Amino acid sequence: MLIDLPRFVNAERPHWQALEDLLKRFENDPDLRLPVDEAQRFHYLYQRTGAALSRISTFASEPELKRYLEWLVSRAYSVIHGKADRRRFHPWRWFTVTLPTTFRRRFHAFQMSVALTLLGCLFGVIALAIDPEAKSALMPFAHLAGRPSERVAQENANKGKNLDGHKTSFSAHLMTHNTQVAILTMGLGISYGIGTIIMLFYNGVILGAVAFDYVMDGQTVFLLGWLLPHGVIEIPAILLGGQAGFLIAHALIGWGDRRISRAQRLRAAAPDIVTIIGGAAVFLVWAGIIEAFFSQYHEPVLPYGVKIAFGCAELAGLIFFLWKGGTAPEPRG
Amino acid sequence: MEFALPLAGPLSRLMAMLTDLLVIMAIKQVIGIVKDVFVAVNPDSSQALEILLYFAVSILYAILCELLLDGQTLGKRIFKLRVVDATGLRLEPSQIIVRNLLRLIDGLPMFYLFGGITCLLNTKMQRLGDIAANTVVVRVPEIAHPDLDKILGSKYNSLLEHRHLCARLRQRVTPEVAAIALEALTRRDRLEARARLTVFAGLSAHFRELVEFPPAATESLGDEQYVRNVVEILYRAA
Repeated sequence: MLIDLPRFVNAERPHWQALEDLLKRFENDPDLRLPVDEAQRFHYLYQRTGAALSRISTFASEPELKRYLEWLVSRAYSVIHGKADRRRFHPWRWFTVTLPTTFRRRFHAFQMSVALTLLGCLFGVIALAIDPEAKSALMPFAHLAGRPSERVAQENANKGKNLDGHKTSFSAHLMTHNTQVAILTMGLGISYGIGTIIMLFYNGVILGAVAFDYVMDGQTVFLLGWLLPHGVIEIPAILLGGQAGFLIAHALIGWGDRRISRAQRLRAAAPDIVTIIGGAAVFLVWAGIIEAFFSQYHEPVLPYGVKIAFGCAELAGLIFFLWKGGTAPEPRG
Repeated sequence: MEFALPLAGPLSRLMAMLTDLLVIMAIKQVIGIVKDVFVAVNPDSSQALEILLYFAVSILYAILCELLLDGQTLGKRIFKLRVVDATGLRLEPSQIIVRNLLRLIDGLPMFYLFGGITCLLNTKMQRLGDIAANTVVVRVPEIAHPDLDKILGSKYNSLLEHRHLCARLRQRVTPEVAAIALEALTRRDRLEARARLTVFAGLSAHFRELVEFPPAATESLGDEQYVRNVVEILYRAA
């Protein structure tokens, strides 16, 4: 196709500039809604620029111009063919409706997280039962190294004062560290889920080994009083991280969903992944506060019964929230 | 209609990332100063605030930038890069969040090793976060017009007399080869004599193969002048 290129560029440039200006408006305001006449003009400019790209594509001399037009057309294409129902983010609605409904919709992935953690727990229990010497390998943490009864005596003697002056920073440390663990558990889903499986299993091993160690040493009540208040939120939050990780893995593998491409599957899964990991982060903020300001107090400062009851109430609230949250109440009569 | 976007190279992405790292370090420096001011009032709370803000900046900097600047961080803006959806659709906020949360994995075991290796091995230059979010990082092109008068000079172009052959040449030369020829002329003074002869001989042979001009129009032309004439046909004499 023969065209007088300089004249063509000069004639078309104002249209390209107009399209670019409109695209900038969309970029500055993702919720922009154009009036009908402007929308028609936008579509016209898109088509005109697309036509210019087709004409220039057979022309050898202007690779930069071709790239520029491709860039314009691709941006306009993404605006025209993008989601039309982009809504403003409402945090309360997201937390009370989107999170629990997404959780339920993707429940299979959560079940897998729970199953792997329980499997890890079982392994931790059996491993410690068979070989008590393996304790340092199974629980490589200094505060868990000694006998549980010694720790309980020490904690009771401290009366929760060992964290005086550090509770807030300890809480912040817990929040950030646990959130990183949840993100890591999610992110490892990119290894087709293998990394997520290992993370969940390993967490389960530690949990099972610690529980077995305390139970065998006769410290079951202390264990429940210590772990339940924050653990009933913290552990499900890590499981949510695993759930999000399995969503990535599922989108990569495409089991039962191979009619659409991997790219489409990943794009479709992204909102659910973000919702679930966001929910995990919120739960971990709560767990961090509870662990620093509540869990560290033991008898005689706080009776174990109160701590256990508090933990049970939290668990019941969490289950109710995830099971019933976001569902409209039944109409009366 | 088909369109393609130029992928950002690993070096420009690395430079953009280092720039962002500097920005993050500067923000953290400011947080440290603020913390030092408040540490006398309440050491525990100021320490907690520092931990939380450090974490928030590390995680949220790139997410917020890419959300607010339509796929660009400050580093990407400086190096003219942009994150886009790999299938050409509109970039969704969830994609931005996923690709940036997975930086944690890309950064493993250290110095972005996983992400760097994946990026180099992937045909779309995607790091793990990009794969999970179905995004790619592209270069933002600008219209650049070379100074043709300076490059081409003002010698008589004998090929221009054969307008139908010039038109055929314009049709047959690919944009990439045209750009290489222009680049060769732009950089000719920086090439060693032998390298210059080799480059122009190769280009000239390629162009002569594509379209055969009458011997009368080409017999007095050296390889470099032949390429110069072809570039003039492609870039100026439409």
